[in-house]
Amino acid sequence: MNNDRNKNIVIKVRGLKTEFGDHVIHNGLDLDVYRGEILGIVGGSGTGKSVLLKTIVGLNKQSEGSIEVNGRIQGTMTDEEDRKSRREWGVLFQDGALFTSLTVAQNVQVPLREHFDLPPDLMDCLSLNKITMAGLPLDAACKFPSDLSGGMRKRAALARALSLDPHILFLDEPTAGLDPIGASAFDALVMELRDSLGLTVFLVTHDLDTLSRTCDRVAVLGEQKILINAPLSEVVELDHPWVQDYFKGPRARAAGIKSKNVENGMQPVLA
Amino acid sequence: MSGSEHVTISPFISVETSDATAMVKLLGDWILDNAGQIDRDMHQVAVLCQGGAILDCSEIQELDTAGALLVRRYAQTVESAAPAILTGVLARHKNLLDVVSACPPPAPTQPDHDPWYIAVLYEMGESAFSFFRSAKNLLGFIGLVLSRLFGALFEPSRIRLVPLVHQLEVVGLKAMGIVGLISFLIGAVMVNQGAVQLAKFGADIFVIDMLGISHLRELGILLTAIIVAGRSGSSFTAQIGSMRLNEEVDAMSTLGMNTLDILVLPRLLAMLIALPLLGFYADVLGVFGGIMMAWFQLDITPANFIVYFRDVVSLDHFLAGILKAPFFAIVIVVSGCYHGLSVSGSAASLGIRTTRSVVQSIFLVIVLDAFFAVFFTSIGL
Repeated sequence: MNNDRNKNIVIKVRGLKTEFGDHVIHNGLDLDVYRGEILGIVGGSGTGKSVLLKTIVGLNKQSEGSIEVNGRIQGTMTDEEDRKSRREWGVLFQDGALFTSLTVAQNVQVPLREHFDLPPDLMDCLSLNKITMAGLPLDAACKFPSDLSGGMRKRAALARALSLDPHILFLDEPTAGLDPIGASAFDALVMELRDSLGLTVFLVTHDLDTLSRTCDRVAVLGEQKILINAPLSEVVELDHPWVQDYFKGPRARAAGIKSKNVENGMQPVLA
Repeated sequence: MSGSEHVTISPFISVETSDATAMVKLLGDWILDNAGQIDRDMHQVAVLCQGGAILDCSEIQELDTAGALLVRRYAQTVESAAPAILTGVLARHKNLLDVVSACPPPAPTQPDHDPWYIAVLYEMGESAFSFFRSAKNLLGFIGLVLSRLFGALFEPSRIRLVPLVHQLEVVGLKAMGIVGLISFLIGAVMVNQGAVQLAKFGADIFVIDMLGISHLRELGILLTAIIVAGRSGSSFTAQIGSMRLNEEVDAMSTLGMNTLDILVLPRLLAMLIALPLLGFYADVLGVFGGIMMAWFQLDITPANFIVYFRDVVSLDHFLAGILKAPFFAIVIVVSGCYHGLSVSGSAASLGIRTTRSVVQSIFLVIVLDAFFAVFFTSIGL
């Protein structure tokens, strides 16, 4: 149906297997992420959403399979290539993972210092720009992470993830722990950044509102692989018990996710 | 102005000054990788554009947010003197230049620092106050812990057996390797060095007196306490401190659990049991090291050593050493746990507290030891 859409694949995962000791997390997992889309990853607790994210960014080593980012196979690159390719993505960790001993602006400057030799006033200017882009007031720049609220900390972490102008943004549960207003503002921010900067966003989330509002496609993790990777309207029709439970529960209805079965008053067929 | 002057400043900027208003062409890739050079060039160009400038963006190849910011920054630099106009923005760059619509106003990016002479004074005052404050708090904490400890004597169910045994293993059993090795080596070195000096007077047999008295009274227990303070005191602070950062300690209090009973008492009891035992063990291994060295170096057989040792070293010497162990134990546990419970805010605070706890417990152990030395001498023990 959407095969003729532009198939510019940014992240290509093939036959991925990850395991911790005897515990197999993913087995034979395939995943494509297209340029410029927001892909939402959902799945029950313990299905390895965050592990998948960490494996793609190289914090975890897979035991089998290949991961290609921008056409380069991860793990086969030289150190220099690896360092360069890391510039092309920004990662927002679940709790922000800001450096607690640095101010917000200094946090944003860390990657700049690491990769470039820029004059301090330009670096201040760049970091303040990123801080305003992430929707923080300018007076937050000289505050320490411990002085910020949860939502502001997430935004500060987003500013840091954006500081090298990445093309791919990995977000690990960006709206978890935010109040609904903060969460929807964050959703809007992510969409705005995607549109203006042409980002590709890999979004791990549990938030049904975020899924229905922001994601172009949704990938469901389960049974150690991707069950389906399609627009939300197709995902909710998938005949799989977990998917049906997830997208037809009361919270999904509250988020305005509708499927034909429910609209027609039919019970979902459970396998 | 007469004639047209064309200046190419760099691969990124070229300027035409035919008019009062300079025509500035922006070329090439305006991306983060080139930001340093573009920023440097900008300052040069700004001099040429005193009478205003038209910025032609039509020949920019690649643009990212850093580049867009540089364009805005440049326009602002020129604008402080004369108007700057942006023209020829390509459609694909328009979005970015809209997002980065202005150069952010300068704002502080780090907290204000006092001048150094004030900072020095401030730190001196601060550390003096914090010394007295922490001494007061520590005294209060000792009182609190001891009252819980004596309370637990009448209500033994408050003592948790499993953590106690676990702590005994961590604090006592697992320290035996390092404590034994160090005591053995110190005992051997004492005999080795002492023998050389005493041999000058033909009195090398007295190394046994020297070793027995110094090791049993002082060195054995002192070294043990210092090793345990470094080993276990620091881990107490780090464990309890990271629990504080995780809000586990707060969770305990809301669940109606007494944090002192759970976190401090098992460690204190374990240390009160383990440290005297470790001290005794250190005494034995120190003397054993001395025996070995005396055997190799002075040809004193172990049997002779022990017979002589029994004659010259009385039980008092041993008691004077081991009596100090419980006091050292209290000092180590109290300062370790106190600093652990005082951790707040960030990971940096955990590091500071761990350092402080180890320094403080070693300092207090040595000070206490000095008091005991004077005290035992004056009562003739």
